[in-house]
Amino acid sequence: MVKEIERAGLPVVHMCTIVPISKTVGANRIVPTVAIPHPLGNPSLSHEEEKALRRKLVEKALKALQTEIHEQTVFED
Amino acid sequence: MFKVVHYLNQFFANIGGEEKAHIAPEVREGFVGPGMALNNAFKGEAQIVATVICGDSYFAENTDTALKQILEMVKKYNPDIFIAGPAFNAGRYGTACATIAKAVKEELGIPVVTGMYIENPGVDLYKKDLYIISTKDSAVGMRDAVPKMAALALKLAKGEEIGTPAQEGYIERGIRKNYFAEERGSKRAVDMLIKKIKGEPFETEFKMPVFDRVAPNPPIADITKAKIALVTSGGIVPKGNPDRIESSSASKFGKYDIEGVFDLTPETYETAHGGYDPVYANQDADRVLPVDVLRDLEKEGKIGSLHRYYYSTVGNGTAVKNAAKFGQEIARQLIADGVQAVILTST
Repeated sequence: MVKEIERAGLPVVHMCTIVPISKTVGANRIVPTVAIPHPLGNPSLSHEEEKALRRKLVEKALKALQTEIHEQTVFED
Repeated sequence: MFKVVHYLNQFFANIGGEEKAHIAPEVREGFVGPGMALNNAFKGEAQIVATVICGDSYFAENTDTALKQILEMVKKYNPDIFIAGPAFNAGRYGTACATIAKAVKEELGIPVVTGMYIENPGVDLYKKDLYIISTKDSAVGMRDAVPKMAALALKLAKGEEIGTPAQEGYIERGIRKNYFAEERGSKRAVDMLIKKIKGEPFETEFKMPVFDRVAPNPPIADITKAKIALVTSGGIVPKGNPDRIESSSASKFGKYDIEGVFDLTPETYETAHGGYDPVYANQDADRVLPVDVLRDLEKEGKIGSLHRYYYSTVGNGTAVKNAAKFGQEIARQLIADGVQAVILTST
């Protein structure tokens, strides 16, 4: 799906836990996430801490969407 | 008799399903689960001396540590051959089998065999490096897969010459080998041409690699003006799954209105996705589809707006062909609605 959305002309950022799969699939902007069953959360944190973590990841995704890239890029910290 | 170490995930080792996918690597003496059929298929020429087991999520989330532990376990038994899976169409399991098999082969110098369905993401990652027996997409194919894996494993252990992918049943690795053909090239080429003209099937002798990459689009110039859409393969749906999206091998995607929705709650949203533990997503679907945070960012003017609809499907064992079709249709609708960028989340 990521690749087809990109092909249609929309910049897309893939937020996922298993980065090698994302690369194989052909995503160009990749933001690694927390864990498979809760990519954008962490149940062991308090609700507030968890939301702050999620915000940080989403902000990273927004930054990826604003970054010029020429090849598959993993946006680490 | 050759010594074999076998690798399985928590499911095939009969430990449990998703609720046990977080278990760390462990080793057991002898065979476990499908190892029994493998052992029988060796017909006394080889024997599984130990089985290494690891949870799929544990391996995916702690790959470096898990890989190190597993290599130590394998090394201890000093096997003549290492077999992983078969993993069929299970993505995390296939990736784990291939990653471990590659490390065993390269770091311990032990021949390896695994087995997968052609669309398993582990295939594209490592088919060049490994013998991956081509299997069906589910455990129904165990009976076909086991004898082929056993036969290839024995050949490797004995150092015998390995035949073509078609002869041995493994997935093409893109390796070319010289051989003496019975007829010369010009005749073979003309024969092939005539078959082609007649519309008969023919087999090329020079397959071209298939690359399907899409170049990245230019970035968003001003994100504070951009309309951003959420798409997920994590199966987040309104409670009750109104479109009945399948928990695996999805045949459709859903489009859901989130106007006025500021937070996904356990009363209103859930996941339809099988194949991962749904507890966390059902408690708070924002953990997969970050609507709450995007609403905050929208309010603060950090993004232009969050698109009124989000799109969702289940990525579990879904055919690549279907996923591509969903992606095309979703993109068409998003562009028609004036969306400028997409955040796609996966579990």
